[in-house]
Amino acid sequence: MPFKSIKSLEERPDFFSPGHGLCPGCGAAQIARIVTKVAGKDTIIVTPTGCLEVSTTTYPATSWKVPYLHVAFENAAAAASGIKVAYDALIRKKKISKDANLVVLGGDGGTADIGLQSLSGALERGERITYICYDNEAYMNTGIQRSGATPYGAWTTTSPAGQKTLKKDLMGMAMAHRVKYAATASIAYVRDAANKVEKAISLGGPSFIHWIQPCTVGWRYDPKLTVKISKLAVKTGLWPLYEYYEGVTKLTVEVPKRLPVSEYLKLQGRFRQIMNKPEELAKIQSYADGLAGKFGLGPVAQ
Amino acid sequence: MKKELPYWDEMEQGFVTRTLTEMINKTGTWRTFKPVIDHSRCTKCRWCIIYCPEPCIHMEASNSDEKVIIDYDFCKGCGICAEECPVKVIDMVEE
Repeated sequence: MPFKSIKSLEERPDFFSPGHGLCPGCGAAQIARIVTKVAGKDTIIVTPTGCLEVSTTTYPATSWKVPYLHVAFENAAAAASGIKVAYDALIRKKKISKDANLVVLGGDGGTADIGLQSLSGALERGERITYICYDNEAYMNTGIQRSGATPYGAWTTTSPAGQKTLKKDLMGMAMAHRVKYAATASIAYVRDAANKVEKAISLGGPSFIHWIQPCTVGWRYDPKLTVKISKLAVKTGLWPLYEYYEGVTKLTVEVPKRLPVSEYLKLQGRFRQIMNKPEELAKIQSYADGLAGKFGLGPVAQ
Repeated sequence: MKKELPYWDEMEQGFVTRTLTEMINKTGTWRTFKPVIDHSRCTKCRWCIIYCPEPCIHMEASNSDEKVIIDYDFCKGCGICAEECPVKVIDMVEE
């Protein structure tokens, strides 16, 4: 059942406990909350190493009120596939009667770089899992090192003058595997995101969701702006919200008038070194224009 | 004679924790600014509840009336609720 209002989403019980060690204003906590709210009680969460794992499962406590498994950086999708197969076998042998949703919550390092081979394997085999990548665009847990998902021009501790390459196209890779369902999400459009998670889980899988997650520490902004920055990423056309289902790509949030990318970049300290370089800004703007042309977003408002 | 290794189903079960972080970590001590809701102007739209990353804001129902309550034991004072409130009834007050 799609979420028609915020109230219907809020009334679902929380399976994510407060008291975790994530930073104030962390987007990963919001994503974990919404995902567990939508997925419900019969869910198993698998996470590779990352911020979400180290700060929610500090010994001896856990923040998860659903079964949770932490595995190594590179095999979250493989571990989730294994659990799903074990469930199938136990149901076939009539040892248990209830099936479970398998949801992987991986960071961009555990998805785009280190975990890519196991993700590719799981998507190609058609495993019935939902892989959600919360993309904070660097290795935030170990101290803001660049990853394959770091966008052009962004400062990290290993790209101090700004990243020189464009962001890896994870959605393109997922769609190239001809997955059942793939979508992008943003916490600022929470109803759209919740409906996408619901659809991904109910369709079985393999499904993939790419979710932008502003990081207060790594992106260098005031913690209260997490939702605003998620919204600006969509409004500037750098993060188009679309879904891929049965071979068709469809825009789910229309952006009739795009904002210039500098609106999004100027709020973040990680882009400070390129803010007075018009040629660098033009490059990011042309990247956004390319995305807009591809997905049918509107022109930039003057 | 060498002792045989146990089979997988003879092994002891792994460690399962049932302690939740909400029982032991009171993250409210991290806070510098605390959000205060003006209940007379609150429209109960629930956006603050949805966006709270903790989650430490909930709806409290008491005979035919409901109220948005912030649990200060866990609030880290990020200010997302005050920023995202559509009617701006949440103030960040220094403690």
